[in-house]
Amino acid sequence: MNSVIKGAGYILVHTPDMVIHNGTTQTTERVVNPESEYLKELPSHLRSYEDVLAYWPNQTYIGNVTPAQLAEQGSTWVELKCPVTDRHGKYGEIMPQEEFLLLMQICDCFDVVKLDKDFVAAHKAAILEHPLFDESITSRLHDGVELSEIEHFVNEEGAEGLYDHDKLVGCVKRAHDIDHNLSAHVMHENLVSKASSVLALLHGIKNAGIDKAEIEYVIDCCEEACGDMNQRGGGNFAKAAAEIAGLAHATGSDTRGFCAGPAHAIVEAASLVAAGTYKTVAVTAGGCTAKLGMNGKDHVKKGLPILEDMLGGFCVIISQNDGVNPVIDLSILGRHTVGTGSAPQAVIGALVADPLARVGLKITDIDKYSPEMQNPDITKPAGAGDVPLANYKMIAALAVKNGDLDRKEMPNFLTEHGLVGWAPTQGHIPSGVPFIGPARDEMLAGELNTAMIIGKGSLFLGRMTNLFDGVSFVIRKNSGEVDEGGVSTEKVKKLIADSFRQFAATLAADDE
Amino acid sequence: MDLENQKRVKDFTEEFGPENVIVILGASEAEASGLAAETVTNGDPTFAGPLTGVSLGLKVYHVCEPEIKDEVDPAVYDEQVGMMEMVLDVDSIIEEMKSIREQYCKY
Repeated sequence: MNSVIKGAGYILVHTPDMVIHNGTTQTTERVVNPESEYLKELPSHLRSYEDVLAYWPNQTYIGNVTPAQLAEQGSTWVELKCPVTDRHGKYGEIMPQEEFLLLMQICDCFDVVKLDKDFVAAHKAAILEHPLFDESITSRLHDGVELSEIEHFVNEEGAEGLYDHDKLVGCVKRAHDIDHNLSAHVMHENLVSKASSVLALLHGIKNAGIDKAEIEYVIDCCEEACGDMNQRGGGNFAKAAAEIAGLAHATGSDTRGFCAGPAHAIVEAASLVAAGTYKTVAVTAGGCTAKLGMNGKDHVKKGLPILEDMLGGFCVIISQNDGVNPVIDLSILGRHTVGTGSAPQAVIGALVADPLARVGLKITDIDKYSPEMQNPDITKPAGAGDVPLANYKMIAALAVKNGDLDRKEMPNFLTEHGLVGWAPTQGHIPSGVPFIGPARDEMLAGELNTAMIIGKGSLFLGRMTNLFDGVSFVIRKNSGEVDEGGVSTEKVKKLIADSFRQFAATLAADDE
Repeated sequence: MDLENQKRVKDFTEEFGPENVIVILGASEAEASGLAAETVTNGDPTFAGPLTGVSLGLKVYHVCEPEIKDEVDPAVYDEQVGMMEMVLDVDSIIEEMKSIREQYCKY
């Protein structure tokens, strides 16, 4: 039984105050250079909520604009205003900071999130009116506490402040007095990831058009770790988010692999469904506070707004083949193995050329590739170039080396088989998966046949190995054939027809 | 340049002596190559890492520069770097690296 992409959810959260207080570029700068010009200039470069709604890549991420429409605008969008400024899109939403802080409180099971009661009162209505928050979710919201209590926790007890428009409106308390893994900083980071994952899950389930009870397993593939001092990465973000999202019939686990985590998780989910272990699996990930404003110094230096002010989240629902939705083809799997090596050539070979060659396909046989889909508006001013374009150039160059493509066809390959990047630089979020939603739509509309999703991960950042990592898989338009116990509908029809023919032949022979 | 890498370059320089260290870069852009080269010669231009204000003046090359390419077995070079050579803007990387070496390299 093949598995299919039943639906996908993509969410963004605008968190300008977390850029200042929680992004590691800024927290590091406050330690090494507290009086720096950058820290002084930073606040004037933050975007308003209206600005982030009118940003083309954000509207692409939530599905109000297609990747093709984004590409028609060129490859620099920071100066443009998207005519679509809706908060809600086909795949998800762009949540404002105020509501997200309340959602963090909803997701807190250990009374570590404290919000100012006036702040809660001012924004509670928005939570109650949210189309995806049912009573089981909204009833978790508390009324809040006096601001003096929050000030005490921040000033005296090491709590992490929660700010809105530069004003203290709440805090995340430490969950243990001396355990670093339960410090206020870690609790804040993990609750942000959990809350944004819950939002992504809710959108993913809605978009898949299924009942929450159908989800049997959840795989979280963010890049955070939760646990105490005795098990730093014990987990389980997946089950924690599933609880708040109301997935009473699900259990789950966490899969990690740096930026390659989502691709690993989807291969695992597709395999679990293909094996019949679970009928429906959700792959989900929330956003990362540490990466907010990561390239802020370059953006400020070049007079640009801080473009890394969005938390990203996504959810992909994978279910049994329904004969309609795009299929995850597990016969074409790319993997960067321990022996592959780290040269870009070896990496692209292992992830793209080799898996295709194993089934007799060429690089040019895949319609679209979705590698690292970072938004170039963010990376180019920081000297990191256009990341998706660099990937397409590498894939094209390997196709030339392998004799699949004429060298002068390289520029055409980039546009025909490539995409522009629209995802925020949130590590795991841009890694191949942003295209799954649009690819599903294009395949359902008959506009696309095959797409390869490529996840890559920089394992060396954890200082456990110098190795790189990556996995890839192919999504195909559904042929309409549904496997039933290993025999397809078409095959059953043929067997019955053959039987009738044989029977008719026997009757004819008897007549003679 | 990554803060930990800056620390490792600094430690190696202290251990082996600056005249005995060559840094080879593999960055994909001229600007990123220049920033890394500047870090190990003039000091960290972002003022964030251990090489802030530390002018090591090390010899530094990009792997696509002829000085390095000519030292490598052509078959190995083609297998490891050939594809990237097709992709990268090698000329602008060379220009940027030369400029940094001329300004800050001491060896």
